[in-house]
Amino acid sequence: MANVSEATEKFEVIDKVNKRQYRRETKKKARARWRKSVTKNWQLYVLISPVILYFIIFHYFPLYGLQIAFKDFIASKGIIGSPWVGLKHFERFFDSYYFWRLIKNTVGIGVFTLVVSFPIPIILALLLNEVKSLRYKKFVQTIIYAPHFLSTVVVVGMLLLFLKTDGLVNNVIQIFGGTPIDFISEPGWFKSLYVFSDVWQTMGWSSIIYIAALAAVDPAQHEAAMIDGASRLQRIFHINLPAIMPTIVILFILNAGSVMAVGFEKVYLMQNSLNMSTSDVISTFVYRSGILEAQYSFSAAVGLFNSIINFIMLIMVNQIAKKVNETSLW
Amino acid sequence: MRESKTDRTFIIFNYVFLSIVALLVIYPLVFVVSASISNPQYVISGELWLWPKEFTLDAYEKVFKNKDIINGFVNTMKYTVVGTALNVVMTILAAYPLSRKDLKGRGIIMAFIVFTIFFSGGLIPTYLLIKDLGMLNTFWVMIIPNAVAVWNIIIMRTFFQSIPHELEESAMIDGCGNFRILWNIVLPLSFPVIAVMVLFYSVGHWNSYFQALIYLQDQDKFPLQLILRQILIQGQMDDMIQTTSESFLAQQLSVEGLKYAVLIVANLPMLMLYPFLQKYFVKGVMIGSLKG
Repeated sequence: MANVSEATEKFEVIDKVNKRQYRRETKKKARARWRKSVTKNWQLYVLISPVILYFIIFHYFPLYGLQIAFKDFIASKGIIGSPWVGLKHFERFFDSYYFWRLIKNTVGIGVFTLVVSFPIPIILALLLNEVKSLRYKKFVQTIIYAPHFLSTVVVVGMLLLFLKTDGLVNNVIQIFGGTPIDFISEPGWFKSLYVFSDVWQTMGWSSIIYIAALAAVDPAQHEAAMIDGASRLQRIFHINLPAIMPTIVILFILNAGSVMAVGFEKVYLMQNSLNMSTSDVISTFVYRSGILEAQYSFSAAVGLFNSIINFIMLIMVNQIAKKVNETSLW
Repeated sequence: MRESKTDRTFIIFNYVFLSIVALLVIYPLVFVVSASISNPQYVISGELWLWPKEFTLDAYEKVFKNKDIINGFVNTMKYTVVGTALNVVMTILAAYPLSRKDLKGRGIIMAFIVFTIFFSGGLIPTYLLIKDLGMLNTFWVMIIPNAVAVWNIIIMRTFFQSIPHELEESAMIDGCGNFRILWNIVLPLSFPVIAVMVLFYSVGHWNSYFQALIYLQDQDKFPLQLILRQILIQGQMDDMIQTTSESFLAQQLSVEGLKYAVLIVANLPMLMLYPFLQKYFVKGVMIGSLKG
């Protein structure tokens, strides 16, 4: 008996050694295969190397430079040489009187945009999908896509021209007996102007992705529903809408995740000294205190705070979507 | 199949609604065109609603005589042409190797690139980097920091992956190297996606003002969009008015007309390209959405 167990033990040891050797050999082989395919495709690595270099310099290096948010940046000492100050800049930002104003404006514009500009392209796509005449459909599409190609400067320029106290809109108001409104410097109007001009510019373009998704709906479903006597509206709600739901959810996650990432370009152009109380957002604040006033460390900290919030939002919305709808980004 | 009554009302409502939407979108654009070719007096007095009144090209004449605008136009052309060329080359260089399944480590490289969508250093560290590189207020600051866009790499990679791999394999058996495969086989098949990229990038360059606002100081390097901002948003037109020998009232009038004409001139290339733009952009959005 003892002999037998000894023998099996011996076998096991041999087996282990064999396995190890075998593993080592496969590893070696894999490495050799790696090396072979790398040498075979070396040209591909040459091709992609400038791109990698670009990302290292212009995207990863600034990430490394973000440490100035925790330092007192002194230009002569450089990023590494500047002294650490911990969370000083964050504390200064949280304690400042404009902190809540910036949060309120940034979130306000973000949520307003989400609530208004998100559903409109979906409705537009669903309605365009019901148009039978191809020529009419194309005609409407050609028109509503056009503003997408205008620059932000042009759109804001048009806005200012139309909304002046003696501009087009106020002329209409006066015809109907109203008194002219100073839209541009009135703080109460800022958010609405921002959001609705955004709708004007982007609704057509944003609908493309839903129109594409709708084109993939199986016509047999509609035929079956028609035989059962379903009306057009019923078919929209029970066939088309569910069909594009995954697309809607994914775009909603992306949009909701960027609620706090209100872009700089348009807000900055629409901003003036009179409407600052509602138009100042985090990104314009970072520009002012960082680029114009050269408070590099402080504004880097504000920017970092904003990106952290954005990232947390994205993860949260994704998690909720996963639970509720079983569709998610990852 | 005959439509039921509710369906008919729905269809009528639908046509009416979409027509109103289209009108709301196009009306401001038509108004700008009309205002730019009318006597500005009618624009200010609110008598111009849709069609031009008292046709005149005065405003355009003034726009094309303005040195700043012409200079901005030329600068924007330069930035757009050089920038787009670099963008497209870089996108191909990134997308082609990443589309090859036999490229070892492509998952890592892809992750390395996509990571930058979610995490970036932000405005200030990037600004300091540009400053340290000595690129502030140079021509190249408008080109190099935006050398390639991650989304466009993804779109192009998706397209390259749709090219049958057998083509590349047979070329490889014939002893073709990777450079030649890309140049002689893949690129000739990729005209549609390259067109999409050229349009995506060039519209982006044409319309952007942010880079210039942050990195440029000299007026003579400004792109058109920054000049436009001065005219339309900051109302800086002193030099333009001084060149004309008109009365104060007439000056006010011509300023008004000028603004509308400037809007048109700024969008001229986009307006002329619009039919192509629409076709190819929609295509690009479709390719991107397949694997977005």
